[in-house]
Amino acid sequence: MRTNQLKASLRYLLATIVAGLLAACTADQDVEEATQAANTDHLSEPIVVYSSRKQHLIEPVFEQFTQQTGITVEYTTDKAGVLIERIKIEGQNTPADLLITVDAGNLGYAAAEGIFQAINSAVINETVAPHLRDEQDLWTGLSLRARTIVYSTERVKPDDLSTYQGLGESQWQGRLCLRTSKKVYNQSLVAMLIAEQGEVKAEQTVAAWIANLAISPTSNDTKVMQAIAAGQCDVGIVNTYYFGRLEAKNPDLPLALFWPNQSEAENSGVHVNVSGAGILKYSNNPDQARRLLEWLATEQAQALFAGLNKEYPVISHGAIDPQVSAWGAFKQSPLALSKAFQLQPAAVKLMDRVSYK
Amino acid sequence: MSTEIKHYLSLNEVVIGYDSEPVLSGISFSLQRGEIGCLLGPSGCGKTSLLRAIGGFEHLSGGRITLNNEIISQRQYTLAPEQRQIGMVFQDYALFPHLSVIENVKFGLHGLSQSESDTRSLYLLEQIGLMDKKAVMPHELSGGEQQRVALARALAPQPKLLLLDEPFSNLDVELRESLGEQVRALLKQTQTTAIMVTHDQHEAFAMADSIGVLNDGALLQWDSAYAIYHQPINAFVADFVGQGVMLNGEMVSTTEVQTTLGCFERKSIAATIDNIQPGDPVKVLIRPDDIIHQDSSELTAKVVARHFRGAEFLYHLELDNHELVLALVPSHHDHAINEKIGIRLEIDHVVVFK
Amino acid sequence: MSLPTTLALVGVLTAWLDIDLLVLGHLFEFVIPNAVLNTLGLVVCVAIVTSLIAVISAWLTTVCDFPGRAFFSWALILPMAIPGYVMAFALVGALEYTGSFQTYLRESISSSLILPDIYSFGGVVLALSLTLYPYTYLLVRNAFQTQGKQSLEVGQSLGLSVRQSFWRVSLPQARPWIVGGSLLVMMETLADFGTVAVFNYDTLTTTIYKSWFGLFSFQSALQIASLLLLFVIVVSLLEAQSRHKQRFTNARNTVQARSRILLPSKQAYLACAFCGVIFFIGFMLPIGQLLLWAIPHLSLGLTDQFWRYMLGSFSLSLLAMTIITVFALLLAFAARTQNSYLANWSVKISTLGYALPGTVLAVGLLAPIAAIDHYLARFGFAAPILQGSIVVMLLAYSVRFMAVAFSPIENNLLRVTPSIDAASRSLSVSGLSMLWRVHFPMIRVGVLTAMVLVFVDVMKELPITLMTRPFGFNTLAVRIYELSSEGLWQRAALPALAIVLVGLIPVVILILRADKVQQ
Repeated sequence: MRTNQLKASLRYLLATIVAGLLAACTADQDVEEATQAANTDHLSEPIVVYSSRKQHLIEPVFEQFTQQTGITVEYTTDKAGVLIERIKIEGQNTPADLLITVDAGNLGYAAAEGIFQAINSAVINETVAPHLRDEQDLWTGLSLRARTIVYSTERVKPDDLSTYQGLGESQWQGRLCLRTSKKVYNQSLVAMLIAEQGEVKAEQTVAAWIANLAISPTSNDTKVMQAIAAGQCDVGIVNTYYFGRLEAKNPDLPLALFWPNQSEAENSGVHVNVSGAGILKYSNNPDQARRLLEWLATEQAQALFAGLNKEYPVISHGAIDPQVSAWGAFKQSPLALSKAFQLQPAAVKLMDRVSYK
Repeated sequence: MSTEIKHYLSLNEVVIGYDSEPVLSGISFSLQRGEIGCLLGPSGCGKTSLLRAIGGFEHLSGGRITLNNEIISQRQYTLAPEQRQIGMVFQDYALFPHLSVIENVKFGLHGLSQSESDTRSLYLLEQIGLMDKKAVMPHELSGGEQQRVALARALAPQPKLLLLDEPFSNLDVELRESLGEQVRALLKQTQTTAIMVTHDQHEAFAMADSIGVLNDGALLQWDSAYAIYHQPINAFVADFVGQGVMLNGEMVSTTEVQTTLGCFERKSIAATIDNIQPGDPVKVLIRPDDIIHQDSSELTAKVVARHFRGAEFLYHLELDNHELVLALVPSHHDHAINEKIGIRLEIDHVVVFK
Repeated sequence: MSLPTTLALVGVLTAWLDIDLLVLGHLFEFVIPNAVLNTLGLVVCVAIVTSLIAVISAWLTTVCDFPGRAFFSWALILPMAIPGYVMAFALVGALEYTGSFQTYLRESISSSLILPDIYSFGGVVLALSLTLYPYTYLLVRNAFQTQGKQSLEVGQSLGLSVRQSFWRVSLPQARPWIVGGSLLVMMETLADFGTVAVFNYDTLTTTIYKSWFGLFSFQSALQIASLLLLFVIVVSLLEAQSRHKQRFTNARNTVQARSRILLPSKQAYLACAFCGVIFFIGFMLPIGQLLLWAIPHLSLGLTDQFWRYMLGSFSLSLLAMTIITVFALLLAFAARTQNSYLANWSVKISTLGYALPGTVLAVGLLAPIAAIDHYLARFGFAAPILQGSIVVMLLAYSVRFMAVAFSPIENNLLRVTPSIDAASRSLSVSGLSMLWRVHFPMIRVGVLTAMVLVFVDVMKELPITLMTRPFGFNTLAVRIYELSSEGLWQRAALPALAIVLVGLIPVVILILRADKVQQ
């Protein structure tokens, strides 16, 4: 009796699983069929992309690419380090053609691990500014973001702000909020400080920040801004697009961005970083991958790719999202981004030494 | 060899355990079809291992077991338990907790139609008197009921042999006796050959046609219940089976022994000791039932302790030379401690040990 | 069956062949001492807190009676359906200074009312304990149901008071279950990354990620992972030690409603308040916070894609649950019938995967699988064959969650005495037929528990799913990760709620089935 019940429930279970998987697969197929219907170029294989940029930021872009060219794009997302390790392990068998990742540190690491091949694209070389590309042509930036100072418009006069280093001054004692040092954006920022002023001075700067912290480092940029808005602290350092998202949702927040390090000094400026991509050494389809990269560098694609995330385009005449351009123009730090990778381990160690959690 | 074949079950020089350190060795005995055998011994003597070996759950490292002319175990060969058609009743009954009483009984019935297995299991339930509990789950049964279900379950497939491992040890004394009789009746009625393991002599006497006494991994004696009691082969068997005391004695000839209680003649039970000479000091086994209370007797002994057992008293008596004997006396003979009472000996079998 | 885990472990250990002294030296000087202390502290505290919550609430809901008992008896299992990282960001969202709950308290009660800082050691312990205590609760509840009242009566018959009986008879009898649950809890805590990351709390796991992603040294990451393994082995040994004393107890009497201890009113209020507080912080508060986030974005979130994620999560979890439970059953039976060193070791190894951070495990597994693909490619098979297939995914899940399925099955299997086996065989029922007709029905509560735990765990699993999923295949957990790692909690809330909802279904089934079987 009981055995029969068990058998029945097992049978039911199996049926549910099979039905579920079938449904999941056919649902996927629907999408594929739809995209294939729009496909004019039957000979082209799909381009396979590994991306650490999240799905909701890349899918609309790929969809438009497919619409225009008929080439389908398959992709999977994961953390950058994991994807790089995966590509190394897969070696010649990798199905991937392109790695899209965020932060020059990750791009530099991927290049150093030898998983990229040269892009060799006249279009890219022409349109993307040189300091946003790899010196060896192994990767190119696709969107630009600045890591800058955010402050409370209620409690801070912009005149009191000057530089990143200035946040270590005693006037900010107990008024500063920072995100965790585990985030690559801060690692790149500190790497750039090291590049600009040397390791000793950079360490003094970061140690001074830590001394000024109002609350222990937060797990993300949004929390920094929320803490400032709630009055827990007055200034912080965030990526521009996080500010953009919060501002879009809640325009009345008493927060504003400040562009630091704008003096005439040659090697100074706002710290910028990129999301970018490189063609994989063992890509089966490097020509198509290059085609996708070049398409991503067109004005229209840039507007979408950067605009989706409230970032800046990497091409000189690219249209900037109106909300973003309202923050004003700024002088970028001219340092080559490839430095970020070379100095990132030093930056991580430096932050460990000063107990920046 | 040819004598072996006549027997239904035979064990021949069976060894269990490692050669260097056997749990059991040199075990030989046999049973006729329909006989009930019993392995009796203190705990740890290896009797359960022997039972499990017959069931196929232990391997032999020597010797041979044959059942119905088929070798079922020998060194490096063990017919799987599930192929032996040997039923087993376990000490903890091992009823399947997820099956009802009748489902438990039906469990081992293979290759029968639904109605045939219904008939068979209902018949057995009727035999054990649990017809009204057929749909009940095992945990709702009392210990005695569980025991009977376990028996019915083991009997259902009409096994060639039934093994019972301390089947009554979890029951109270009264239930033990009445169940013992029921079980024996059922086994005889179904003409089932069976072997039971127990450490309780009463159970053994109540159930068995033949009894084997085991100790320290050896089979000391395999005999009828009567012979085990009255003609134990050595002091251990004598002591383990039934009560009794050893009186000091001295051989006056090769057949006669002198004790405080008088002179006895060894009759046909010389097997216990060979090579005995007149003048040798010996021990003589005196059972409580060897001593009869007789007021008129010249021989007297002092009561030092008494245990009331309903129908009878068990008296501990001190002889004149301070040796102790036991006597079973009908309970209307109520004597106080320190009273001297008259006794008479009635010994059919004089058992003498060196 | 322990082969895949062994491969992953060997992968981790071979990292020691090549030591990057610069990185490792730095880590040992500045990071690891603190991380080890943090990890130890966290594991110990979470184990203690979860055991306390689990034992007290299991005792109250199985042996005692008070208003709301029947409700709490199953409601207290519900927090299990909330993934740790979701619990963390929902709790933080509600309880931090700028969080909804604290803001509400400030605005409606008193502006000076400030809760203790959630970004603290206490906060991490709270979040982890609330998601993990149900593991222990489930097991201990089972123990008390089968022997709680009986053990009390034994104690009382020996002249002990109810309180003394609890401490001296019931609690020691339930210890194997408490330890078994705590072991799962400790392994989860050791492997956790998602929860501690929300609190920016440094552990060995975050150190692994730091050396991998920050210092670009995968080797060092694996070396720290092997340090983590050392922890696990110590914990396992401790568990084996305590298991040593475990005895088979016959589960004859289950607690019947009429025999529960009716608590006097004051104690009943306390009991009700205790369970209520746990349920509120562990379930109502995070769910409320998620609803608060999700409702304004509902129309935006309920796309076809969302339903597809839901279906993907659900069917994947079902499939993984079925396969892993079967594996665990086979493993448990092998260990039971073989009882050899080999079998014991394969059990030990197969269950180690639970404590490895999923990412490390996934990478460790990917290497041998890629090697097989390379090998096959030489014979002209179009590569990759295994990679990116659901087979790899399921294999990785099996490695990770074998311990979860194995533990309850093994515990239940202890009830099947050797004489049950012998009885079955003497009735000519052996092998698979015995497994199906005797063992399986006898351990079905354990199997059911295993199935639910695995189902819920696979549904919540992230790093393995991220790395091994086929192209275009997404789950709710992946969706939550993508959105929440960008700080988009409002949008992550809907899939998070969906995970909780879908995870609740089997939990509720488990409770209903298990209670029915018990009776």
